[in-house]
Amino acid sequence: MPSLSRETVRAGTRGVVATLLVAALIAIGSRNLAHFDAALVGYTFATLFAVFAITYRYSMWLQRPPTAVYWRRGWQVFFSRDRLLSNLAAWPKRVVGVFALNNFIFRRSKTRWAAHWLIMWGCLLAGAITFPLVFGWIHFQTPVDDFERYRVYVFGFPTFSFRIESILGGLIFHGLVWASFLVIAGVMIAMRRRMRDRGAEAVQQFGEDFLPLILLFAVSITGLMLTASYTWMKGYAYDFLAIIHAATVIFTLLWLPFGKFFHIFQRPAQLGVAFYKDAGRTGEQAVCRNCAQPFASKMHVEDLIRVERELGYSYEMPADPAGHYQYICPRCRRLSMALAQGRLWQAGRGREVTDRPGIVDVAAMMEAASAPATTTERA
Amino acid sequence: MSVPSHLNFYIDPSRCIGCQACVQACTECDTHKGISMIHLETVDRAHSTQTIPVVCMHCDSPTCAEVCPADAIKRTPDGVVQSARKPRCIACNNCVLACPFGVPKMKVEFELMMKCDMCYDRSSVGLKPMCASVCPSQALFFGTREEIEAARPQSAPIDRFQFGNQTITTKVKMMGPRSVSGQRPEHLDVTAALDPNPPARSISLGVLNGSH
Repeated sequence: MPSLSRETVRAGTRGVVATLLVAALIAIGSRNLAHFDAALVGYTFATLFAVFAITYRYSMWLQRPPTAVYWRRGWQVFFSRDRLLSNLAAWPKRVVGVFALNNFIFRRSKTRWAAHWLIMWGCLLAGAITFPLVFGWIHFQTPVDDFERYRVYVFGFPTFSFRIESILGGLIFHGLVWASFLVIAGVMIAMRRRMRDRGAEAVQQFGEDFLPLILLFAVSITGLMLTASYTWMKGYAYDFLAIIHAATVIFTLLWLPFGKFFHIFQRPAQLGVAFYKDAGRTGEQAVCRNCAQPFASKMHVEDLIRVERELGYSYEMPADPAGHYQYICPRCRRLSMALAQGRLWQAGRGREVTDRPGIVDVAAMMEAASAPATTTERA
Repeated sequence: MSVPSHLNFYIDPSRCIGCQACVQACTECDTHKGISMIHLETVDRAHSTQTIPVVCMHCDSPTCAEVCPADAIKRTPDGVVQSARKPRCIACNNCVLACPFGVPKMKVEFELMMKCDMCYDRSSVGLKPMCASVCPSQALFFGTREEIEAARPQSAPIDRFQFGNQTITTKVKMMGPRSVSGQRPEHLDVTAALDPNPPARSISLGVLNGSH
């Protein structure tokens, strides 16, 4: 039996710890399962599996050389003494802009933004309602002296109460309906784009791009059918619908760690990158060792050299004063391709191989040509 | 869908006339609508008309993908290194700095890396990428090996590039001489050709500044 790598063992351990932690929180939050609905046990086990698998994958991801460097550097830069205050000031604006508003997607495409924003907020709303209810962290009780009201208990502690037949009551009890409206609208926009956009058609895959949309739609529509069943159809086929809805939700939970949904957990790294870039902009710049132009932050270039070495790349240039190819700017890299080809052709044609094949010093030629010409004219 | 294995992309910078047709055509591609992925570099505008169209070479072991912390760059089984997956790319710029050919472009406003994907909507169904379909000098050529060999009997494709100690092999091939000193060149040493006197990024006209 092959032995497990250190990374795998570490990721597995973290996964188990996270799973146990959530399980303990379920036990504590539901007051020793007193408020835990046994009918929802399938959801709970699917969630626990998702917690394990997401933590495992996240941990494996963090241990990849480039991710590990960024993760470490991102926190270092964020908490560095000279940048902490400005980082703390910039943080809320970035969270709102990037996560709440998805402004970077808006700039990419308005329809993409609409789809993503609707799906994201629909899922967040649904998650914020479903998980605490499933885990028994939230439950509702009628006060003994007022059967017209519900009091909300969070982790077993009493909080606010509201009238059942009030607007607030309607909004709260139909929270998942509102969430499904958002998700269905977003899925429709995204699906339309995927079926009409030829660029998307070329690269999309069923498992990566369609399955998540289908799952979200299935969860939302079966949830709405449950509401329709007990609200307007006297509970027609309710048990069947409940099973179908549970199946779609459980499949979605199990799929969370594997496909596109995992970006939900990866994406916050964007924030760390923003702070890293800030530090790079104001820090020392790397100067191209060929054209002497600044082209990136020195910290970034040196981090990248370390990452490339860890990955087994060897862009060292021992025979060149540049020392490492990473110190050459992208533009010089592009130009050297043409020069390299020119030199090869010079060699292929049996000519002298020059440093700058194909490039003539026109200014020098003009000067050389103009001197005798002027003399002749004067003569 | 995948790029048919008998079709290859060949580039030959020495044939480039700098007409910018590829740059314009590239924007027509459906996978990166309106945004050109080609770098058309002028090598030294003051002294030469030489230009170089730079498209993705689609490395067999793409450094850009390996250094991506978000695992956003994927190489499809047909050897095409795709543009960053939009849900994953965190716009860190690692790929832009790491690519040995200087290909990826960082679109800061989108917080997204974009790169040449060989016009995958076209090449994956056997059509020429937009740039190759319009290139008048065929500096960018998409076709079979037989076609390119028949058209350029003095040339041979090269798919191995040397960057210091690192050898990179690519799907896209660069045309070079068929023979150098009686032997077929096996690779192109890119770092050996770094310009010892690189031109300034901008040029000034001597007539205007009075230096001549």
